[in-house]
Amino acid sequence: MALTIKEVEHVALLARLELDDFEKELFAQQLSSILEYVDKLNELDTDGVEPLAHILPIYNIFRKDEVKPSSSREEILANAPLVEIGQYKVPKIM
Amino acid sequence: MELHTLTVHELQDLLASKQTSPQEITKAVLARIKAVDNQVQAFVTVTEEEALQLSAELDGKDLSGKLAGIPYALKDIFCTRGIRTTCSSRMLENFVPAYDCTVVRKLSAEQAVLVGKLNMDEFAMGSSTEQSAFFATRNPWNRECVPGGSSGGSAAAVAADEVPFALGTDTGGSIRQPAAYCGVVGFKPTYGRVSRWGVISYASSLDQVGTLTKDVRDGALIMNIIAGRDSLDSTSVDLPVPDYTEFLDKDIQGMRIAYPRELLQSGIDENIERAVKNALLKFEEMGASVEEVSLPHCEYALPTYYLVATAEASANLARFDGVRYGLRQAEAENVIDMFSKSRAIGFGAEVKRRIMLGTYALSSGYYDAYYLKALKARRLIADDFARVFADYDLIVTPTTPTTAFKLGEQVDDPLTLLMNDVLTVPVNMAGLPAISIPCGHHEGLPIGMQLIAKAFSEGTLFRAAHAFEQNTDFNSLRPVLEVK
Repeated sequence: MALTIKEVEHVALLARLELDDFEKELFAQQLSSILEYVDKLNELDTDGVEPLAHILPIYNIFRKDEVKPSSSREEILANAPLVEIGQYKVPKIM
Repeated sequence: MELHTLTVHELQDLLASKQTSPQEITKAVLARIKAVDNQVQAFVTVTEEEALQLSAELDGKDLSGKLAGIPYALKDIFCTRGIRTTCSSRMLENFVPAYDCTVVRKLSAEQAVLVGKLNMDEFAMGSSTEQSAFFATRNPWNRECVPGGSSGGSAAAVAADEVPFALGTDTGGSIRQPAAYCGVVGFKPTYGRVSRWGVISYASSLDQVGTLTKDVRDGALIMNIIAGRDSLDSTSVDLPVPDYTEFLDKDIQGMRIAYPRELLQSGIDENIERAVKNALLKFEEMGASVEEVSLPHCEYALPTYYLVATAEASANLARFDGVRYGLRQAEAENVIDMFSKSRAIGFGAEVKRRIMLGTYALSSGYYDAYYLKALKARRLIADDFARVFADYDLIVTPTTPTTAFKLGEQVDDPLTLLMNDVLTVPVNMAGLPAISIPCGHHEGLPIGMQLIAKAFSEGTLFRAAHAFEQNTDFNSLRPVLEVK
């Protein structure tokens, strides 16, 4: 199925990815051809097939909720682009 | 004797008999990197100072560690405390982790010496290392060709004798395919066998850490150290880790080998097909039985992979938002604008394309048609393998349909590029262990053969791969690089 520019813009918003006009055109084309390719899966009858999310026979892993040593605030904040009074700073949200 | 050309176990023998020292080995390796890396371009960062300091400290010490004084390098996806970890992305160009990932902790505890971080396709998305945001790595056998990817820097560095071993990650073939293109041994363990804590995620139900080495024995040695349960990674499996080197000297008499007819029909170059058929004859000569089998759903593995991997990637890469680490575009009206603009300048084209596809496949109205459908197809692919492994010990295929392609040849078309992974992707779908070993050459480029075993039967792979290596000499040829 072919994706419209409008659909590409919608997906880009969901993905928090700003695209320029060239990228919108390119991705509309490329994603359409990839979706056409993955449509091959519709040849398969998967009625009653249990989906396989990963191969391990494990479900929930529990551990004790204990305080353990971890990195310091300074070390973690050292990689942040903008910090103020020991906290991450971001542009206005509301 | 040229120290940089030796394997891990050869270096260990020399260290044990005091014929060399950690500092001497590290200096030889650093000199080799200086001499040839301008041609290969495998390294994003060389940690010369740290490596010299650590190896000097080891010189005076009792070498109790199992890898004492052995240099190595890491794909730049493994977090290293105090050492820049970029994932070959502008997004993480200046990211310096505050901690070491678990596998690095394990290697450090055994006194291995890190000499640097290796180039890769950005966020492990690609098959040629041309998707690196920094530069393209070259194939040491022919510098006009790609080394494969995404662990292309790791494979090229080992092939060019710049390090005795390197670690990589494999989501759809990212260790085995570059190992085949560069003529080295690439080992991908069972999903869950090695901790991924501190390794930057691409597709969490597929990613696995593994090794790139000069021979099979080295792969077993390194796996002995990195395998095992880690309380920090809940997907690492709590099973005992055998001594993998004990499998090396067992013969393969009576081993039951299968080769899937579908995987020998999917556009395989005739020279590669011939090399693998000759290898199968060799296995028979050594006492194994070889029979043709069918994996009918393997032809659906690539579209399944494309949906599962991109869906998981779109969620994993949501963390790169310009808040806690990574690139930020400062000029923004509000926080969503800041996220979107930071990601626009931080990610390259292939990463954006995969995030877009994955977001689409998970979005409202399309989840069942794409993502859920892919998970069901994945079950059928895994069931194919289970059926074959009820009667056989090993599956053998070529690792790749062709030898290394030229730089620039396949960058424009995402679907063509994906075809390189047609033989490796099914293995990740089923979470199985697999190894790529050299089995021939064509026009000066190496050919790789892939061996696949049951989950957690890594030992079977080492046993068969080592027997093949000992009875052939494909591993003795090395690429020739001009030393400057």
